[in-house]
Amino acid sequence: MALLEIDDLAIGFQTEAGLLRAVDGVSLRLEKGRTLGLVGESGCGKSVTASSILRLVPSPPGKYLGGQIRFNGVDILALPASELPKIRGKDIAMIFQDPMTSLNPVFTIEKQLGEVLALRFGLDKHAARARSVEMLGTVGIPEPEQRIGAYPHELSGGMKQRVMIAMALMCEPQLLIADEPTTALDVTVQAQVLNLIRALQQRMGAAVLFITHDMGVVAEMCDEVAVMYAGRIVEQGNVFAIFKDAQHPYTKGLLRSLPRKGGAKKAELPTIEGVVPSLLNPPAHCRFADRCWKRKRLPETDQKRCFSEDPKLRPAGESFAACHFPVGGEQL
Amino acid sequence: MSAGAPLLVVEDLKKYYPVRGGVFAAKVGDVHAVEGVTFTVAAGETLGLVGESGCGKSTLGRTIMRLEEPTSGRVLFEGKDVAYASKTELFQIRRDIQAIFQDPYSSLNPRMTVGEIVREPLEVHGMGTKAEQIEKVRALLETVGLTGEMLDRYPHEFSGGQRQRVGVARALALDPKLVIADEPVSALDVSVRSQILNLMVRLQKERNLAYIFISHDLSVVEHISDSIAIMYLGRIVEIGPADEVFANPSHPYTRVLIGAIPVADPTRKRSSEPLPGEAPSPISPPPGCPFHPRCSFAIDACRAAVPPLEPAPTNAGGARPHLAACIRKHEI
Ligand SMILES: Nc1ncnc2c1ncn2[C@@H]1O[C@H](COP(=O)(O)OP(=O)(O)OP(=O)(O)O)[C@@H](O)[C@H]1O
Ligand code: SF4
Ligand SMILES: [Mg+2]
Repeated sequence: MALLEIDDLAIGFQTEAGLLRAVDGVSLRLEKGRTLGLVGESGCGKSVTASSILRLVPSPPGKYLGGQIRFNGVDILALPASELPKIRGKDIAMIFQDPMTSLNPVFTIEKQLGEVLALRFGLDKHAARARSVEMLGTVGIPEPEQRIGAYPHELSGGMKQRVMIAMALMCEPQLLIADEPTTALDVTVQAQVLNLIRALQQRMGAAVLFITHDMGVVAEMCDEVAVMYAGRIVEQGNVFAIFKDAQHPYTKGLLRSLPRKGGAKKAELPTIEGVVPSLLNPPAHCRFADRCWKRKRLPETDQKRCFSEDPKLRPAGESFAACHFPVGGEQL
Repeated sequence: MSAGAPLLVVEDLKKYYPVRGGVFAAKVGDVHAVEGVTFTVAAGETLGLVGESGCGKSTLGRTIMRLEEPTSGRVLFEGKDVAYASKTELFQIRRDIQAIFQDPYSSLNPRMTVGEIVREPLEVHGMGTKAEQIEKVRALLETVGLTGEMLDRYPHEFSGGQRQRVGVARALALDPKLVIADEPVSALDVSVRSQILNLMVRLQKERNLAYIFISHDLSVVEHISDSIAIMYLGRIVEIGPADEVFANPSHPYTRVLIGAIPVADPTRKRSSEPLPGEAPSPISPPPGCPFHPRCSFAIDACRAAVPPLEPAPTNAGGARPHLAACIRKHEI
């Protein structure tokens, strides 16, 4: 049994235009001590997947449509609401894309961090303050003794982000969900935060679900990578396999569009033309088909298959890909 | 890089903001946002301006455009001192220097159609009749990869990448010679980012545009820049041909910065340790080298005086010298 098991998860949002299928059949496994990177274009459902693990998808408009999430074998979606606080901030901690999701504007940082420490480790006010000051310093907040008395609005965006990171790391969770934890931070601070997450992992054997747009961060932090496209996982595999020989045409395209170190200056970068299909009415065939470079190279009869059959995630090369015609060794 | 007089000369530019405090809001100090910056940009050239948040990059950009009054120093555009430009000259300069901003979501007026947004500068500068302006807008939208039918649509109907294209079209409306792009691709997805970078490179070649490309993303800067300037606490600490600076970084801060970028290759590990401490305050910058409190090479002499920008050890002495402001540049 893996620490986290997600099976065929589906989550929708009721919108004026109809039901938007934000997450549409996502399955993931995450073992203790491992880091799984979740990547994909904006709006593909990464944050919704992540927040559903803590049952934090707002409902309404959010709607659970099917599937299972098991943490240590416990079916999270079936848990009575009264059980949730026992998991949140203890066994599972989350760093949100928007820091104000987890910081309360009416309490000082000291109070908020203190509460977490009291709840989790039963620390008294003094001990909690000392521990908080230490942690704030570690995440790179200058003059933590003074800043700890501040309210969230008195801190800059990057500073709030770091307070939230401190809060999540202080919980010493078994599972850390980090939704773009370093996107708003400078590279030198990012390096510090990534080191902290790694240290937590080594000390506690924590598992990390790491959502990011930065393929450099993925390469550095993750053991495994799951690539999402339009509400689905289109590829999953070992980080080395994905970077070396991505098997889904979307993954391949994504990696090829990065400027490469030592690449020709101002050379044209490969791009993925076109747009993501609407999640209101997603196609019943491959969701990447109309943008797919690989499909365009196939004979007419094979192309028909891309436009009629929905590819399922299955072994391809050294990873798993949801594609009728995996990339193999083909170059873009 | 073209020979002859540079398009833009920035000489010892300073921008301070007063800091007020106390009951009477008396001035208690200054934020030294830009502290004596000197560089040139040639026609058709890209200067990448790199540094971490708060180092003064954006203020520098805004001061060059005269959205901010400089505290001292000079900005020469095509040899004309912008501060002493006559009304008509300034009007012309405002056409020749345009800006693209980071956030494609907030930098476009939501109540104006895309056509109105792009046409506005033409109207302000009285360029042609309304019919001619609309024709030009149509052509501009096509230049940036949008279609003429999009004229009557509103920004919220567009994706992030499309909005950034609208921003580029607007910046190009007056046929500028210099575009100051402040984090133009930071808010965009990887695949969309490469589309905008390709677009900027193509337009540069077609129109001999010069760019000041402000970014904290070094891989993007390396791809697009001919020259690069590294800023720390309001000062340029290293400047030179981009390839040179990346191959032989001669300021300890540049080294830390380059070492802190995660590389999109899981088989390579990050080469440097994270930077200790926090960026010092621009209100009371440290004496001597601004970087000394965090520098692992610092000696007593570093605290005594601000090191001047001098030729780097590997400076080849071409048209664009490689300079670094570190007294130990020959030893690191
Ligand atoms: N509260 C909500 N109400 C309606 N739709 C929502 C809500 N939250 C998310 N969505 C929609 O669900 C889809 C997936 O959103 P999600 O936030 O998971 O994307 P993401 O992959 O995290 O993107 P990003 O990289 O931009 O953070 C999007 O189409 C989004 O607009
Ligand atoms: S199934 Fe066809 S269209 Fe879809 S990704 Fe594979 S090759 Fe491309
Ligand atoms: Mg998200």
